[in-house]
Amino acid sequence: MNRPQPLLAIDELHVTLPFKGQPRTVIQRVDLTVPAGSAVGLVGESGSGKSMTARAVLRLLPGGARTGGKILFDGADVTTMSPAALRKLRIHDVAMIFQDPRAHINPVRTIGDFLTEALVTTRGVRPRAAEATVTALLREVGIADAARRLRQRPSELSGGLLQRVMIAAALAAEPRLLLADEPTTALDVTTQAEVMAIIDEARAERGLAMLFITHDLALAAAVCDRIAVMYAGSVVEELPADRLHDGARHPYTRALLASRPAPGSGGSLRAIPGRPLPAYETGPGCAFGTRCSQAQEVCGAERPLPRSGGGGTTACHFPVDPLVPQATTGAGDRSTTHG
Amino acid sequence: MADSLPPPALEVTGLRKTFGDFTAVDDVALTIAPGGSLAVVGESGSGKTTTARMIAGLEKPTAGTIRLNGRGRPGVNARTSERREFAREVQMVFQDPYASLDRHQKIGDCIAEVLTLHTDLRGPARAARTAELLEQVGLDERHAASLPRALSGGQRQRVAIARALAVQPRLLVLDEAVAALDVSVQAQILTLLQHIREQTSVAYLFITHDLGIVRHICDEIAVMRHGRVVESGAADTVLTDPQHPYTRKLLDSVPVPGWKPSRVLATADTVPSVPGTEASKGDAGNRP
Repeated sequence: MNRPQPLLAIDELHVTLPFKGQPRTVIQRVDLTVPAGSAVGLVGESGSGKSMTARAVLRLLPGGARTGGKILFDGADVTTMSPAALRKLRIHDVAMIFQDPRAHINPVRTIGDFLTEALVTTRGVRPRAAEATVTALLREVGIADAARRLRQRPSELSGGLLQRVMIAAALAAEPRLLLADEPTTALDVTTQAEVMAIIDEARAERGLAMLFITHDLALAAAVCDRIAVMYAGSVVEELPADRLHDGARHPYTRALLASRPAPGSGGSLRAIPGRPLPAYETGPGCAFGTRCSQAQEVCGAERPLPRSGGGGTTACHFPVDPLVPQATTGAGDRSTTHG
Repeated sequence: MADSLPPPALEVTGLRKTFGDFTAVDDVALTIAPGGSLAVVGESGSGKTTTARMIAGLEKPTAGTIRLNGRGRPGVNARTSERREFAREVQMVFQDPYASLDRHQKIGDCIAEVLTLHTDLRGPARAARTAELLEQVGLDERHAASLPRALSGGQRQRVAIARALAVQPRLLVLDEAVAALDVSVQAQILTLLQHIREQTSVAYLFITHDLGIVRHICDEIAVMRHGRVVESGAADTVLTDPQHPYTRKLLDSVPVPGWKPSRVLATADTVPSVPGTEASKGDAGNRP
């Protein structure tokens, strides 16, 4: 499974969108790699640029967007790809699952039409064979009475069922990379566990890589191999998922973890003062500087570049040493008094 | 903690609501002590929001009683002043701060309007009280002069809380009040709510689907499913030693370090099990 080059490599991605005639930065700097067959979690709050990053991979950015840097899928640069190559990428190689299935599945056509359409029109599969394929896929994603569901319309299905249909549609394309943009955010917590298990199983069976976009650090840590944390349009920290809870070095990652302690744990709630900023509102220094309890003078003047250490990379002038436990409590106490 | 003499802030018995053939809420009983805090936890369709809306007076119960501070809701023949007095006892904060504020009304006016309706405060006294209420939720005169669109989601929710507190209610019904906010902002609002309860002795009925935040805001929990309360008790006990299988399933579905997603619902008969992806925890025993 291991290839010399990663399946997806994003290198110094920078994206601007036009706003009142001026370019406005929505992604400052994203460096990210997804090796074949592995899962990378892209975690951040609203406006941090995580969905934009996923859309940039498929070149599905809004009109007028300007992209800098490289996005290499299997060695080919998506940003300069020919229309034919881009079409092949979208049809065969990368599939996307969105947060709200109801907004992405045609409400007036049947589930069967939706699922078989791509197979029939872009791959030339015969309708009957396509129906057999998607019936098997629906069973795989835990929909028992597949034959009945294929004749129903989206309004007759619950959100959890419809999200499974969306997953089945993504799998039908037999992609190599799955872009999952908050696939479980609109679902109940027990349904979320099921849908994540279904994605997990399907990935394991197919050796499918995944870029998993979410605001939920704990969920990302549970289903991914590596985690990239975004803030204000930049990846501020990248590390192995199993080291997230104990080994996070960026103050933002640590503060996010502290603002969501597990339900049964004794941890107390620590708020981060201020609000998350979009990339275009940040100054010349560290984007998190204004909310950071450990910020010093240099943080306001100079943007920190990602530096490796501790098995990952951290874009911070003063990364926390995870081996010193007092650092966490100190940071938290100070941030509460700020708020 | 609370003295046993004053009546509970909220006492609900036999509460029931049907929409046609569908029973949304079925025989629900809840009690909140003065200044207490109860979380009603459940998934979509559990009846938690309908329960909250009946308590806030936005929905008429099919059966059952709702008593606030020992008094029932005035009937249809009650005088306006009586109904208004009852409205002062219970206030509500909604989930979506983008939908619950008038976008043409300045923040200060939004608070002042409530004071005009419910109190005798006018002129400078009303302005002073408005400023005081906004300050209590961490906003200042700059915010008071702006329209909702100039405010972030967290700030809007602060306005909604200030507006609800303006009439000094005994009970605040918070329906998914932090669900629409970013994680880092959620913690701010929860901290603010903790702080307000310590200062004002208002009681909270906190409706949520999110087990992760319950312990930080509530002393007691009631878990709802299909319109019924399946388990209730002290928050610490229910969260660490759940008795009902459904509560256990809910807790097992929350991602924590070491958690692996699993198909907890009984779909096993139709789903081929894949070796190596089974849950590490024994979920089979948790099926209801």
